[in-house]
Amino acid sequence: MIRRDAKLLLEVKGLRAKVGGADIVKGLDLTVRAGEVHAIMGPNGSGKSTFAKALAGHPAYEVTAGTVIYEGRNLFEMAPEERARTGLFLGFQYPVEIPGVSNSAFLRLAYNTVQAARGKDELDPLEFDDHVRGKMKLLEMDPAFLDRSVNEGFSGGEKKRNEILQMALLEPRLAILDETDSGLDIDALRVVANGVNRLITPDNAVVLVTHYQRMLNYIVPDYVHVMESGRIVKTGGKALAEELEARGYNWVKEAA
Amino acid sequence: MSSVLENLVNQPYKHGFVTDIESDTAAKGLNEDTIRFISAKKKEPEWLLEFRLKAYRHWLTMTEPKWPNVKYPKIDFQDIIYYSAPKPKKLASMDEVDPELLKTFEKLGVPMNERAKLAGVAVDVIFDSVSVATTYKQKLAEVGIVFCSISEAVREHPELVRKYLGTVVPTGDNYYAALNSAVFTDGSFCYIPKGVKCPMELSTYFRINTESSGQFERTLIVAEEGSHVSYLEGCTAPKFDTNQLHAAVVELVALDDAEIKYSTVQNWYAGDENGVGGIYNFVTKRGLCKGRNSKISWTQVETGSAITWKYPSCVLLGDNSIGEFYSVALTNHHQQADTGTKMVHVGKNTRSRIISKGISAGVSNNSYRGLVKIGPRAEGARNFSQCDSMLVGSKCGANTFPYIQVQNNSAKVEHEATTSKIGEEQLFYFSSRGIGAEEAVSMIINGFCRDVFQQLPMEFAVEATKLLGLKLEGSVG
Repeated sequence: MIRRDAKLLLEVKGLRAKVGGADIVKGLDLTVRAGEVHAIMGPNGSGKSTFAKALAGHPAYEVTAGTVIYEGRNLFEMAPEERARTGLFLGFQYPVEIPGVSNSAFLRLAYNTVQAARGKDELDPLEFDDHVRGKMKLLEMDPAFLDRSVNEGFSGGEKKRNEILQMALLEPRLAILDETDSGLDIDALRVVANGVNRLITPDNAVVLVTHYQRMLNYIVPDYVHVMESGRIVKTGGKALAEELEARGYNWVKEAA
Repeated sequence: MSSVLENLVNQPYKHGFVTDIESDTAAKGLNEDTIRFISAKKKEPEWLLEFRLKAYRHWLTMTEPKWPNVKYPKIDFQDIIYYSAPKPKKLASMDEVDPELLKTFEKLGVPMNERAKLAGVAVDVIFDSVSVATTYKQKLAEVGIVFCSISEAVREHPELVRKYLGTVVPTGDNYYAALNSAVFTDGSFCYIPKGVKCPMELSTYFRINTESSGQFERTLIVAEEGSHVSYLEGCTAPKFDTNQLHAAVVELVALDDAEIKYSTVQNWYAGDENGVGGIYNFVTKRGLCKGRNSKISWTQVETGSAITWKYPSCVLLGDNSIGEFYSVALTNHHQQADTGTKMVHVGKNTRSRIISKGISAGVSNNSYRGLVKIGPRAEGARNFSQCDSMLVGSKCGANTFPYIQVQNNSAKVEHEATTSKIGEEQLFYFSSRGIGAEEAVSMIINGFCRDVFQQLPMEFAVEATKLLGLKLEGSVG
């Protein structure tokens, strides 16, 4: 939903970032207001994931130029965990496995940390169990996942559901979902997308990073951006995604 | 220290020990007179002095073990004070305990008063080699349990001590055990009579205080037929620059159907970030499952000491007896640990289980060394070993040295090992959920150690969890 007077959540100007010595993001501009859904699309290697990880503060991704104002603050002055506590959320493309750490303990620690940072009540294990089971139901997740180690032995789709479960628990102001649709079969995609849709409010915003437009059939974007060689080269509405689906990325490159 | 001073310090030997008998501290150095001094100070019977002297004479013929995977400068055994008593006063209750000592415990997160009362734990505090407080003794005495300092046991129950002392770890067992047998100053003694299930966890908090006073603790626990005891040992020490030698001996004896559970959380001064100072912890711990169906279980959380050399072991003599070893050894900065266990299967259908978790951080080196030995008579013996290592950072080391000797082909021996590393991706995953690096590492480590922590008594598990987090502070990020 686009409202010109909505609160500015994220303002990226001239962002450049490198990883492993190579420049990947090369002058990116993006403005996100509360209530908006953005889709960033583009071919492999165009810098979509690097952009997402740089925003979340991955230590291997070095920001070399540009500014990012998040909720009125300089994002790069905030540690990654601080960004998360103030409501920035990254849904990972490949969530890492953490053997030995139970998913429920991890989810509760994350939840309580973020709650505490917002001055809200923390939940004890029993209260949290009720709370998280409710969220899992919405995502049609088996509660057995609570007792397993974080992401360990999860299928690709299960990992993605677990990411959205975390989004549901942490209630972010700005969620960046990196290729959340990859690895999901059509039923799972519908469930996950419905889960995300439920979480969208006039006060928060979602940035979907995706290669294909199929997820956009379920989560309708207000803006579609096309990334190419580390920059956003074209911006449009939902129709742009459909055009990309039909014509591929090359025509954008040529037009740009 | 100047040579003049050194000579002065060494002088008492010239004059013999008799003139020094009133002194609370022995002069530096070790010879037969030192041993006689200790024995006389403690008003020991002749047989114990002979035990000490025999050990000492054996020790003189031995050399320091060189096989552990640790490095340290040569120890000058003549530069150690072998006996020092803080105050000769014996305390009747906890209220009389030095408030400074209580404060230290407080700082270490061990509210002894509270702990003792709330948890119903009897605490036998070793403060610079002499017991200064023993609580709940009365209550234990009601069911016939003896729990006291070993010095007291020598006086009050000489027949018991004499019967079992040195039967599990003989005086000449190894270099440090021989040294301990010669000069041990105090320690704990515990005797559980036939059929008695100890109604509470027995606990000892060791603490090293006087600079450069070697600590030679001796612990003996005897569980009679069908009895059961859980014993907790916690160790902490304040910061010092001088290396301190600690060579304790712990002996456990379990008779028919008896069970001993021995848990340790060790957090001695490990030296500073540059590896200066810290305790040398050269300990011999061994349990003898003497009776049928007996069980001895060791659980240890080793986080301290500059050097750890420790192999809590079980000799499974009785048929159907069980030995267990659950260990977490954490090293950081310049710490070195060479630790593990020995499971010696002698009796039929004996079983053993080894779960070892090594965590290395900083530039530390952490080795697991274990022996599983199945003797020719050990029909149907079984062992399962799991040795996992975790690396924090890229400058530390982890090694596993499993030795397996099987002399009976009906035995089953299994060994599993893994090595993992706390990676940047894992830490980033936590931080992207608002969780800082320290807390993340603590959670990963606790997950890694879960199988061992589950074996610890509840509060110990909580303490151990905190301790690991504390020890790894600043090692990531």
